[in-house]
Amino acid sequence: MPGKITNMRVSIMVKDNMALAQGISISTLVSIGEHPLSGRPRRAEQDARAIELGLKLVADKLHTLYVGPAQNYETESVLRSYLGMGLGQIQIVDVPQHTDVASILLDSFRANRPDIILTGGRAENGESSGMLPYLLADQLNMTIVASITAIVSIDKQAGHAEVLQALPRGQRRKIKLSLPFIATVDMAAPAPRQSAYGCAMRGQLVVKQSNECQEDVEQSQWQVNCAQKRPKKLKIITAKTAADRFKAATAKVQGGSGKVIYDSKESAQEILNLLISEGIL
Amino acid sequence: MSDVFRRNPRAQWIGRNRLHPLHHASRGEPERGPSGLLRKTPHNLSFIGPNGIKRIDRSGVSNDDASSRTKAKPAETILPLHQVDAPDFYILVVVDLVSTRLTTHDRDTLGLAQQLANSNNAKGAVLAVAFGELKDDKLDTAGIDRLIHFDSTAYQRYNPEQRCVDLCNIVNELQPKHILLPDSIHGGGDLGRRLAARLGQRPACGVWKVTDEHLLCRGADGKTDIIRPLTKILLVLEECCEPVSETRYQRRLLPLNHTETIINCMHDQGNLSVDPNAVNLAEAGFILSGGNGVKDWPKFHLVAKILGATEGASRVAVDDGYMPRDRQVGASGTWVTAKVYIAVGISGAVQHIQGISQCDKVVAINNDDKCDMVKRADLSAIGDSTAILDDLLNLVEQHRAGKNHQYESVNHG
Repeated sequence: MPGKITNMRVSIMVKDNMALAQGISISTLVSIGEHPLSGRPRRAEQDARAIELGLKLVADKLHTLYVGPAQNYETESVLRSYLGMGLGQIQIVDVPQHTDVASILLDSFRANRPDIILTGGRAENGESSGMLPYLLADQLNMTIVASITAIVSIDKQAGHAEVLQALPRGQRRKIKLSLPFIATVDMAAPAPRQSAYGCAMRGQLVVKQSNECQEDVEQSQWQVNCAQKRPKKLKIITAKTAADRFKAATAKVQGGSGKVIYDSKESAQEILNLLISEGIL
Repeated sequence: MSDVFRRNPRAQWIGRNRLHPLHHASRGEPERGPSGLLRKTPHNLSFIGPNGIKRIDRSGVSNDDASSRTKAKPAETILPLHQVDAPDFYILVVVDLVSTRLTTHDRDTLGLAQQLANSNNAKGAVLAVAFGELKDDKLDTAGIDRLIHFDSTAYQRYNPEQRCVDLCNIVNELQPKHILLPDSIHGGGDLGRRLAARLGQRPACGVWKVTDEHLLCRGADGKTDIIRPLTKILLVLEECCEPVSETRYQRRLLPLNHTETIINCMHDQGNLSVDPNAVNLAEAGFILSGGNGVKDWPKFHLVAKILGATEGASRVAVDDGYMPRDRQVGASGTWVTAKVYIAVGISGAVQHIQGISQCDKVVAINNDDKCDMVKRADLSAIGDSTAILDDLLNLVEQHRAGKNHQYESVNHG
């Protein structure tokens, strides 16, 4: 029987796991975010949450990786804002734009595979398909779990961990899964800490050049436009007779059945019946 | 029987003779003229009003005998059946099934699948795969030609790895032309990406429009539109296509040829019971909201706790300091999407009514039966809110006690 878990209890449990996560290697993958309105580069929201989750488990031993074009001012400032969360360094693989990132990450992780890879659900620019963690999991033969909010426990000896997965309507599902695994972090996970300037300046950006980059040819053939507003779904009237069509066009929509009860006992009973029929009690 | 009208002289005679004992019983039947035409009887149109005056009700509102007799009942139409006996190809759709029913997102996906199966005079069949219990009563009009149903107890829980392997087997066996999944948080998005990675196919995610050769999908987290060629695997957004209507489909059950059980690396440990007040107000399913009319706030909090409701408030209650600002419901606060919304002592300012426009069932508890919230509500309880909440608490406790008692007696028996 699962106990009642409040936000506070979860955070205490995670704190206890600081000791449990000893000897566990955790990698996070970060990307360059994009503000939804201004389009300015920023910390990607979900990636920052993944770093927050990793930092809580292994503090500054967290291994962070970025693959993409590195030699420009914006990228560096964004990566520095990740460093400002308390990371020692970020490994950078410098590749040109529109490179197949998955193959480079695969090479990197085949050499030394971490126990846990944390990442955001989808990128904030580009195709933003959210396929990368799934491709890595499939190729590296790791378990994949989507949209987690917390890692409850890790047992390295037994080789399994317990995570909380975010479900619609604020519900949480507890999943026990075997190590090593890849997890994408949901927006419902704890908010990332602020980036500290001093920390960001102290942290190191270790750049590595990659010589085997494959260009994503398929993507270069696509046409990318600004998102246009989606048309609203129209109410289709399937009236057979003219009278029905007339009624549908002119009739005012009535707001529900609108039952009104004046007796307190009777109304309480009606409310209870409604709650039961809606499956709440 | 032929459709030729046969005259019944005896019935016609009874109809004419007002003194006949069977005359009143026969008045309900439609009267026909000598050639079989329906005749309107002006005598039957009226009824006797409360003051003994003959009245004719032309509005059709009254449910009294005389007027209902004149109303024609809409004939139950049987929708035409779309039959595909030897399909040239399959379009595979994996449905989400939230609480054993098809979601609107599922229906939109099936609508798109039917469009792909039947465009350009093609003869394809839509094959739906359902995992777990399926209790939808409008399944025949959803657009399913063939159905594969995994119904063992293992599928009642979250087991995406097993589902992915099952889908791979189906794809290898039937070689569908396209695979469509709803790109949803109910499992479709996750399962679709797993399947795509396993099959080594590049999926199109966030598809919202399909033309003959091209797809329009959302990229960059919804900031761009990408036009790209049609792919095999499509993860589609809600309202990507109209759901089918006006046609029934065969939904013939296909047998499972290959079933293989794999060792799962993930085990569903069940849902945690979360603190309702920790749930974000915008996505809470059940909200108890308090306003100016709430006099006893400790009682209000107690009721919310016992019912397991997320607490909300109107602007006035927040301004008066009874609730924090992040609990404010309405256009200037949070737009809520709850299934059930109980408004205690809220008269319903325009901004508040806007904020709850997405709610399914609204219950108003209020002193004033003329306020706007009562007009919006599906159920209104008029009276002192404290008394009504007290009665509700008693009833809920009785209900829970009764449930426990039943449970115990079953255990002992």
